[in-house]
Amino acid sequence: MDAYAIIGAASVIGACVCMGIGSIGSSLGEGYAAAAALQAMAQQPDEASRIRSTMFVSLAMIETTALYALLIAFLILYANPFWNYAVSQ
Amino acid sequence: MPQFNFANWLDLPYAEKSIGLENYDAIKLISFDGWAVNVTIFNSWIVMAIIVIVSWLATRRLSYGKQVSKLQTALEALVLWLQNEANETSGSRNNQYLGMALGLFSFILVANLLTFIPWFKPPTASLSTTMALALVVFLASPYFSIQNAGVKGYLRKFIEPIPLMLPMNVFSECFSIFAMGLRLFGNMLSGVMFGAILSAFIPFIAPLTMQTLGLLTGTIQAYIFALLAVVYTSAVKEEIKPEI
Repeated sequence: MDAYAIIGAASVIGACVCMGIGSIGSSLGEGYAAAAALQAMAQQPDEASRIRSTMFVSLAMIETTALYALLIAFLILYANPFWNYAVSQ
Repeated sequence: MPQFNFANWLDLPYAEKSIGLENYDAIKLISFDGWAVNVTIFNSWIVMAIIVIVSWLATRRLSYGKQVSKLQTALEALVLWLQNEANETSGSRNNQYLGMALGLFSFILVANLLTFIPWFKPPTASLSTTMALALVVFLASPYFSIQNAGVKGYLRKFIEPIPLMLPMNVFSECFSIFAMGLRLFGNMLSGVMFGAILSAFIPFIAPLTMQTLGLLTGTIQAYIFALLAVVYTSAVKEEIKPEI
């Protein structure tokens, strides 16, 4: 197995693991946040619009961690510095 | 002599190349000797032109009563809604943050919604645009803080619990803004990538659903970017002394 095969296989496996593990926490957190917001909206329908806007902002903040994982997966797959270094050698 | 190659604008995203990260900044439309106008800048000019023309059409003949035009009503509803949101979020009463929020919101909204044109490569799917937008918020934060609480009040924010936290506070200030640009970029990029990957496998109906979802995501992202800008810039407020 030459260096290209090792770098390629490690990159693909790394991207999959990065995306898989990285999205667990943020999806669980988004689920909890949405459930709590729905409960609050059901209890107080008058405040639904304020709760909804706050929920969207917090969902976006929670989502950020999964997006970091996604960006790193893209970086590994399409703009891999190690692969480019190995090709340039 | 400037060279024009506007045929590049009509390249469908990901049409000819295999699935890969496409850099919109590398597609050049007008090239001079030393510099070039790439497709990101050109598309943001299109977005700006649309915003300016629609606003001009709406405010050309302002009226009240029964002869209000439909466009004026629509824009009034938009402005009033965002004014309400910005004032509620920041706690200000004099529409201080409305200009920034409305500018960011309308630019990102139009840029994201124009993705329904197949050739349009959204400028918000390029890291340079989103980082420029985040830089605007980064510079607006001290501006509004100093306006509200003075230089002393702004600098006090950095040593807030104890002076030992100074590097942490500076780091968090920079990184929260950085994360804001990265969030918009990641959302738009993932939308474009989903469409591309799906159209490589199932070219007919399936990409349509993902792109419809992309319109919803784009709208929510525009709202979130504007609202987070208001949240970050209104963090420092004038201290209200209790009247005893």
